[in-house]
Amino acid sequence: MAVTAEQQKADLREPPSWRRTKNRIATALMVLSFVLVIIPLVFVLFTVIAKGASAISWSFLTSSIPVNVAPANVGGIGPAVLGTLEITALATVMAVPLGILGAVYLNEYGGNRPLARLIGFFSDVMTGVPSIIMGLFIFSIWVLHFGYSGMAGALALGCLMLPIVIRSTDEMLKLVPNSLREGSYALGATKARVTVTVVLPAAIGGIVSGALLAVARAAGETAPLLFTILTVTTANRNVFSGANTALPSQIFANASSPYVGAQARGWGAALTLIAIAFILMIAARFVTARFARYAR
Amino acid sequence: MEEPEQNIVANLPRPAPTALPELAVQPQAGSAPGATIFDVRNVSIWYSAFKAVTDVTLAVHEHEITAFIGSSGSGKSTVLRSFNRMNDLVVGARLEGEMSYRGESLYGKDVSPIAVRRRIGMVFQKPNPFPKSIYDNVAYGPRINGERNKGRLNEIVERSLRRAALWDEVKNRLKMSGLSLSGGQAQRLCIARTIAVEPDVVLMDEPASALDPIATQKIEELMRDLKRDYTIVIVTHNMQQAARVADRTAFFSLDVADGQPAGVLVEYDETPKIFTAPADKRTEDYVTGRFG
Repeated sequence: MAVTAEQQKADLREPPSWRRTKNRIATALMVLSFVLVIIPLVFVLFTVIAKGASAISWSFLTSSIPVNVAPANVGGIGPAVLGTLEITALATVMAVPLGILGAVYLNEYGGNRPLARLIGFFSDVMTGVPSIIMGLFIFSIWVLHFGYSGMAGALALGCLMLPIVIRSTDEMLKLVPNSLREGSYALGATKARVTVTVVLPAAIGGIVSGALLAVARAAGETAPLLFTILTVTTANRNVFSGANTALPSQIFANASSPYVGAQARGWGAALTLIAIAFILMIAARFVTARFARYAR
Repeated sequence: MEEPEQNIVANLPRPAPTALPELAVQPQAGSAPGATIFDVRNVSIWYSAFKAVTDVTLAVHEHEITAFIGSSGSGKSTVLRSFNRMNDLVVGARLEGEMSYRGESLYGKDVSPIAVRRRIGMVFQKPNPFPKSIYDNVAYGPRINGERNKGRLNEIVERSLRRAALWDEVKNRLKMSGLSLSGGQAQRLCIARTIAVEPDVVLMDEPASALDPIATQKIEELMRDLKRDYTIVIVTHNMQQAARVADRTAFFSLDVADGQPAGVLVEYDETPKIFTAPADKRTEDYVTGRFG
């Protein structure tokens, strides 16, 4: 009995060691890099909100764009908001279905065929093409023949969105377990059935949020619009013909202007654009969560 | 064609569920086999350059449970998956020899794998319910076969779930995700989904290997019950399982022929014979646990 009582207590504390020091150093480095990463982001947000918040109001979002010399509290950016909505919507309608179908081909139908490998390769290459090249491309094949229009801008943005949609959809389709496809095939489903009733529903959350992120990315692009919509100050409801304007190119125009009023409207437009992107991101999160309902 | 026959069988009074497993097997053993469902003659199957199984000849009979046992890589799953042309989905898969289903060549020129799979269903090793509601999982097959009538769908869903001994556990949550079920329940859901399309044959690829003993027992009871209406072919790693449920057992082994390892069918006979008086030394070694 006495022996048991004298038994040494187990020491479960971590002994001081080099391993422990390394852990502390690594942790400190990670926190430091996180802070470094977040600084520019916070700084950008802070600046844009500080300089743009005072301009934002309903009338600012809807009023027409005044001449650059007009003081800060006059007019708004209505035509640019309208143009961004028009052009981005049109680009989305063109690029998202095409991109999803392309990814379905790559993943479900193409297999290892040369055509599928070629499309996959070029969509990857396209992801890396600078956005201004897309603008120049549309300028030379479209604008030179049919003139500046929202349509031209939408084509350029669509070219930009297409590879992003293909890539994100492709990744989502790859995540669909093969056992689901087999389960469907084993019930006598055709390939089209398997794709439409099992594969796409299983991946829909990720597909939609990927598409929304592509939309947000396109809505903020300036370069593809420079050569395609001309960036006028008048509102143009017809997206298919006539020069148009959009928030990013309007910000560019206003920021290059020497007038204080125009610059203030530019900051307001910048904040509006960030808000639009932010809303799309939130929508993407919401959609992902909603469609995850049956995924346990 | 065989629909009326199936209905008559289904209407027969069932023995008490307490019947011992051995009793469920024995009446079949030694009695005259039913009609030939699958007739496999000298079948070899390749995956690209790799020969998975070589020169298999066997016959599967109606309303029997046929078990394929053997070690990993002996080709038993490969043969099972060729019965409903699931191997078509594997790039590079190729079959040589003659394989027929009710007298029709399964790999004939005009044979549609879609039509084959509508009559020959499959349950997989890992339960794979679709990320849809329990109801939609079971109604999936009838729907792709064109059934739109809500009343009839409700009927099919209830009947299939009852048949798979799952109805009482899920009847109040048919709208819940099929993924919310436990492993054993999910596997029974997959069985319900398979029998909802009224197949002729149900293929099962290690249906209980991912389940605990209680769930396994339920699946085995279900198999014995289902063979009244269906012909069942099951692949299993578990010899006891084959001994408990199967009328006939095929033992596959990995053999080295022409310097290349490939699965071979060593012996195929009535289950009691395979386990008590095997003709081949390799079968005896395997079933007595000397190897594998």
